[in-house]
Amino acid sequence: MLELININKYYNPGSVNEMCMFQDFSLTINDGDFVSIVGSNGSGKTSLLNIICGSIDIDSGEILVDDRNIVREKEYVRQRSIGRVYQNPAMGTCLSMTILENMSLADNKGKTFNLSFGTNKKRIDDYKELLSKLNLGLEDKLNIKVGSLSGGQRQAMALLMSTMTPIKFLILDEHTAALDPKTAELIMELTDKIVKEKNITTIMVTHNLRYAIEYGNRIIMMHQGNVIFDKAGETKDEVNIDDVLGLFNKISIECGN
Amino acid sequence: MEIILSVLCQGMIYSIMALGVYITYKILDFPDMTADGTFPLGAAVSALMLTSGVGSGWTFLTLLASFAVGAIAGLLTGLIHVKCKVRDLLAGIIMMTALYTVNLRIAGKANVPLYSTETIFRNETIDGIFQWLLPSSLNDYRVLIIIVIIAALCKFILDWYMKTKSGYLLRATGDNATLVTSLAKDKGLVKILGLSIANGLVALSGGMMAQYNGYFDITMGTGTVIIGLASVIIASNLIKNISGLKNTTAVIIGAIIYRGAWAIILKFGLDARDMRFFTAALLLIFLVISMERKKKVKTHA
Repeated sequence: MLELININKYYNPGSVNEMCMFQDFSLTINDGDFVSIVGSNGSGKTSLLNIICGSIDIDSGEILVDDRNIVREKEYVRQRSIGRVYQNPAMGTCLSMTILENMSLADNKGKTFNLSFGTNKKRIDDYKELLSKLNLGLEDKLNIKVGSLSGGQRQAMALLMSTMTPIKFLILDEHTAALDPKTAELIMELTDKIVKEKNITTIMVTHNLRYAIEYGNRIIMMHQGNVIFDKAGETKDEVNIDDVLGLFNKISIECGN
Repeated sequence: MEIILSVLCQGMIYSIMALGVYITYKILDFPDMTADGTFPLGAAVSALMLTSGVGSGWTFLTLLASFAVGAIAGLLTGLIHVKCKVRDLLAGIIMMTALYTVNLRIAGKANVPLYSTETIFRNETIDGIFQWLLPSSLNDYRVLIIIVIIAALCKFILDWYMKTKSGYLLRATGDNATLVTSLAKDKGLVKILGLSIANGLVALSGGMMAQYNGYFDITMGTGTVIIGLASVIIASNLIKNISGLKNTTAVIIGAIIYRGAWAIILKFGLDARDMRFFTAALLLIFLVISMERKKKVKTHA
């Protein structure tokens, strides 16, 4: 279980540009949840993900993972139990290294990076099998540099790599936003498959309202650092795209957009 | 013939330094100025050991000591950058400046002649080995042979290292530091490790150069980074044109080509004092021609 309790976060404190992002923000995410977060730009979606991952520090508050406070843990330490896929497909892979080398890196997450040979030859067949599930033909291109792959192929690899080792949370930061509609669809289906298969607690930020409604068991809308709409389980199933879009327009008008 | 021999010898010695610059500049994407200080640091350490007498047959220890001391200097640059959050370029310049004093203190004075001491090229053990192993006709090439062996050793160890898990992580850090964080590893530590290895190699090269030239000089490090960069840039152009050439091999060839160009320019009657200017101009031309613009991974928060 992931609990955020009374989170306070100000940007540029003490200056004229001071901006309150979160004030006494609290949110609980249960194990096995697949939460979609929607909201306009600047509503705090990505800040929320950054706070959970430790990319930005909070001013006060607690972040509990199974009742253990992780606020003081550095970003890279928290990543032991977190897998994260970014909007930019280049962020999740190493472009100058081959597919095989990338898979080997991801496979070694949580272990020590010592002086033993970088690629475990015995694992190559497993990598091939994992890649073949993507249906992108990557399993035959193991020695090709990831830099020469398309954005969609890279994002598929990034998703695969971030979920290769056992993780507790999967953080998806608008991970389909930079892809064409067809590839986005493919990545979304793949995401759903992996999440269900491994039963990973997932938090997905998206601007695609249809994905937010179609996938996952909980939908949250954020606005100015607050949760203004939160439906889970059966009540979530009743939510349709017009409701969300209507609410979206309402808050947008309030902001003068 | 003598010129070719000296180009090969000096080029190969510089190539070890260039391998270090290759690690920081190409792999880690870290513009490391420390090398200007660690090159003479290695020379100073070697000079100190040789003048105080390391004992016959133990001269090769000077190379290990040079590497170790250089690695410590690199480690400090890394700590300044990562822990004190000083910008990469400045961290190197701070270390380079501090090393000037350190080098003077180690060597004792600004110029230390090594003509009369034993060196890695001239000692009883080496004499014995060469007399026993090689025909005397090859005696003119003994210095080159020793240099080639050491340079090749550095190259193969580096090649091997880049294929280990630790090497993978080093390559990933320069390419995409976010991925390293995602792998639950501290990218700062990897940078420090890379800087240590790189500066170790630079200092090793400096130690060899002092023993090859027969003296230590406090100014011998000026322009090291530029020479290293020029070699690496020549190397990256070679790789583009020759398929299947290993990066490390290309760097070594690049260093020799650079040294060759240097010798040709000198041969045409240019003053050695003008060389820095030409190095700078040459580097600029190389950079412009090859359009060395790194495609940085854009960070989307």
